[in-house]
Amino acid sequence: MEFQAVVMAAGGGSRMTDLTSSIPKPLLPVGNRPLLWYPLNLLERAGFEEVIVITRKEIQKMLNLDTKMKLDFVCISDNMDMGTADSLRHIHQKIKTDVLVLSCDLITDVDLYKVVDLFRTHDATLSMLMKKTHEPTEVAPGQKGKKKPVEQRDFIGVDDTGKRLLFMANEADLDEELVIKRSILQKHPRMHIRTGLMDAHLYCLKKYVVDFLVENRSITSLRSELIPHLVRKQFSSPTSLQQGLDNREEDQKKKEQTCLDIYSFIKEDNSLLKPAADNSCWNDHRGDMNETLHEGKVRCYVHIMKEGLCYRVNTLGLYIEANRQVPKLLLNLGLEEPLVHGSAQITDRGMVGSDSIIGSSTQVGEKTSIKHSIIGSMCTIKDKVKITNCVIMNSVTIEEGCCLQGSVICHNAIIEKGADIKDCLIGSDQRLETKAKHVNEVIVGTEQLMEI
Amino acid sequence: MAERVALGGAGPEAAAPEGPQATELSREEKLQLRKEKKQQKKKKKSEKGPLAETPELGSPSEAGQPQAAHLTSPPALADGPNDGEKPTGGKSKAELRAERRAKQEAERAQKQAKKAELSQAATAAKPRLTPTEPQSVVKRLPEHVQMDDPVAQRKLAKKLERQQVPLRQDYGTKVNLFSHLHQYSRKKPLTQQMSIPSTVIHPAVVRLGLQYSQGIINGSNARCIALLEVFKQLIRDYSTPPSEELSRDLVAKLKPHISFLNQCRPLSASMGNAIKFLKKEILCLPDTLREEEAKEKLQDTIDKYLREKILLAAEAISRSAFEKINDNDVILVYGCSSLVNRTLCDAHVKKGRAFRVIVVDSRPRLEGRETLRRLVRKGIHCTYVMINAISYVLPEVSKVLLGAHALLANGSVMSRVGTSQIALVSKAYNVPVLVCCETYKFCERVQTDSFVSNELDDPDDLIVLRKGQAQLGGWAENKSLRLLNLVYDVTPPDLVDLVITDLGMIPCTSVPVVLRVKNVDQ
Repeated sequence: MEFQAVVMAAGGGSRMTDLTSSIPKPLLPVGNRPLLWYPLNLLERAGFEEVIVITRKEIQKMLNLDTKMKLDFVCISDNMDMGTADSLRHIHQKIKTDVLVLSCDLITDVDLYKVVDLFRTHDATLSMLMKKTHEPTEVAPGQKGKKKPVEQRDFIGVDDTGKRLLFMANEADLDEELVIKRSILQKHPRMHIRTGLMDAHLYCLKKYVVDFLVENRSITSLRSELIPHLVRKQFSSPTSLQQGLDNREEDQKKKEQTCLDIYSFIKEDNSLLKPAADNSCWNDHRGDMNETLHEGKVRCYVHIMKEGLCYRVNTLGLYIEANRQVPKLLLNLGLEEPLVHGSAQITDRGMVGSDSIIGSSTQVGEKTSIKHSIIGSMCTIKDKVKITNCVIMNSVTIEEGCCLQGSVICHNAIIEKGADIKDCLIGSDQRLETKAKHVNEVIVGTEQLMEI
Repeated sequence: MAERVALGGAGPEAAAPEGPQATELSREEKLQLRKEKKQQKKKKKSEKGPLAETPELGSPSEAGQPQAAHLTSPPALADGPNDGEKPTGGKSKAELRAERRAKQEAERAQKQAKKAELSQAATAAKPRLTPTEPQSVVKRLPEHVQMDDPVAQRKLAKKLERQQVPLRQDYGTKVNLFSHLHQYSRKKPLTQQMSIPSTVIHPAVVRLGLQYSQGIINGSNARCIALLEVFKQLIRDYSTPPSEELSRDLVAKLKPHISFLNQCRPLSASMGNAIKFLKKEILCLPDTLREEEAKEKLQDTIDKYLREKILLAAEAISRSAFEKINDNDVILVYGCSSLVNRTLCDAHVKKGRAFRVIVVDSRPRLEGRETLRRLVRKGIHCTYVMINAISYVLPEVSKVLLGAHALLANGSVMSRVGTSQIALVSKAYNVPVLVCCETYKFCERVQTDSFVSNELDDPDDLIVLRKGQAQLGGWAENKSLRLLNLVYDVTPPDLVDLVITDLGMIPCTSVPVVLRVKNVDQ
């Protein structure tokens, strides 16, 4: 078997607690499907038949996906605070080959073979997917004013071909300067550094990386610790070599460190193709005397998507953006489900916009206009309601005369007559009184506010 | 059959009386004799022809016809005397009528009997006659030169579908002369149409196919070595299904993988020979071996082949070629040949000969840069020119050392495109041309030109980026512009002075001898 797919669905959604306090992140409805459906659909389209899903017990119970693949759920309990690398370590016995790790919040229509081919062709240690981010056009509800997301930028250095990943650092780890090792520049004199790239959290890893993780218990997160470590390791020589030459007497600590070096995990059968490579006349660089790939054993590659959709739904703004783009995505995927579900009862078909999605058993009254919105199942929307750019989840009741714009309304909410809501987030089970007027507010229950 | 014997009998009969005088006959008379014999044969055939058509009894095959002709001739002859008997004697009208009726019935009975005979004879004759048909037995053309034949393409598509290997689509308009060859784009790999954890094709083979199509492994030795290593891994991971025999099943399992690699990049002659060798080895496995032993044995044979035919052969060629390199020589090399590089490095490093090298390079591959790097790294004094400069450097060159992709049965050398140019210009300057080639690359094909069987590389490789602008970037939109990126060309044997092989240094014309000896050995 060539690959095993692992989907990480145990995360909490720490950057959008307003939403995820009531609904776990993998179950957040996007386009009336749970968020977890999208990465699983990506794997299914690529041809995977089995997927390992790491999740929490309550999520597994509530999941109801129709997929032809065999899903192997591994539940971790809530109190174990596990990072992504810890989860991989937890299931390391199931991992027998190279592994493809996805996050549950990835919505994309990338051709998976592009990422995987880099991994295969160059016999890479790591191959990942990135996309150019664009500034979010609208203000997410709850954000007071245009807050520039000063959150940490990533500095990504790629080589001339744009495929080899040379440098990766997060702004948070840097003081004031960007430090680039001389060895990198000696081997790759031309490096392009980009900041506007978003990591899609889709990684192809070799099996020996998982073995390395098992031994090295200090790494907890894939994204912030393992990947930068691998990128750095491309240009550092195996520590065992240095150790052997310098210190004759190795104290215990140093011995442990040599064991933890990833080079010791790389099995020698990778040099299966060494005599072939010696006779081949391909070289990945020119201008110096070095062998191809500088004989580096650890190689990291990245595929940067230029066009197409790629979203990581981990903030509220991105959630709304994803909802807006999902009808286009579903159309591209060729899913035959009509945007308006068959069992929905809509009195005025003409008032429903062409890119709005309406779930099953929803009732929509007369003279209700719905534009660019996604409405869940079993909702009741009375007459004369205007809904624009909203995301409405299941079992919501909206009484007559309401006007909703740019808002997110979670499950089971009730909005009384004449309410005027703009750019708000209404939490689950909330009830808004009649003629309520809210602009740019987050309304969640008090018990949810207590959770941090 | 009888007819042919008859004709054959006629032939020597006609020639026999002149046999003793044959040696004294001049050329023109011999030609005349031959012409007469041909005319006789033609006459006899035309005689049998109309006779064969009269019975026209349900035997549609022409195989039946000579036999039918043979069988009808006795009845025809029999009818003759019958007809001849009629006008004798004056009989009464009634008697005449009765005779006629009896005759007609007899004829009808005969005809029926003949029908039965003929149909039997035809069915009996068919299997006998068809193998001895002398007419056009067209040798089956290999698929990769039949791109413009829709029938062949449909057969290929069906075969690939059966093996569950995707069919790679051609890209771009081709030059008319080469429209019978495939032209693929590097940006559209075969894996686009396959499922991601590839289940049908072994992952190592998928990786190898990708490395071939992206050009990471190129050069016939490198490709063959990589192929053999991957085959070893395939055999390691193979397990015989319960009701099958290893020898037959393993060959069947290898076929889809070979088709896949062929779709990624057409197989080279070295790879083809290695595959033939492996298939023969598998089929010759004794039945008594257990599965593990058989797999071990196969892996050992592959190792032996690799070691002997490729690695040791390279060593032998390096030693032989060393005798040809003298002090203060100026050697011209072209492109990147692993064998030539090794020879030169060995001569310089191990034996310490003083010589300098002129590396000739050509677009779009620019493989000479890699040769330059490897030679300069060892300390050899090198000059680097492009192929359009060879007539300027040849006056100072003492010999030309070339590598080969394959050596064909008529002595032609198939090598990277540009090699025949170098050989031609060298001949004009009287510079000796030496080709280094292992015997496992000797191929039984015969080619006199580079058109019939070649490989078309990605035409987008010819697009050059200069100052941010891609010249030829929009070539596809221009209807009258075609880009041609040939990979191989064929050098005629009279331009090559010596071929250095692991069997020694042989002239080009001895290649068929080596092939014959190889076949006898195996």
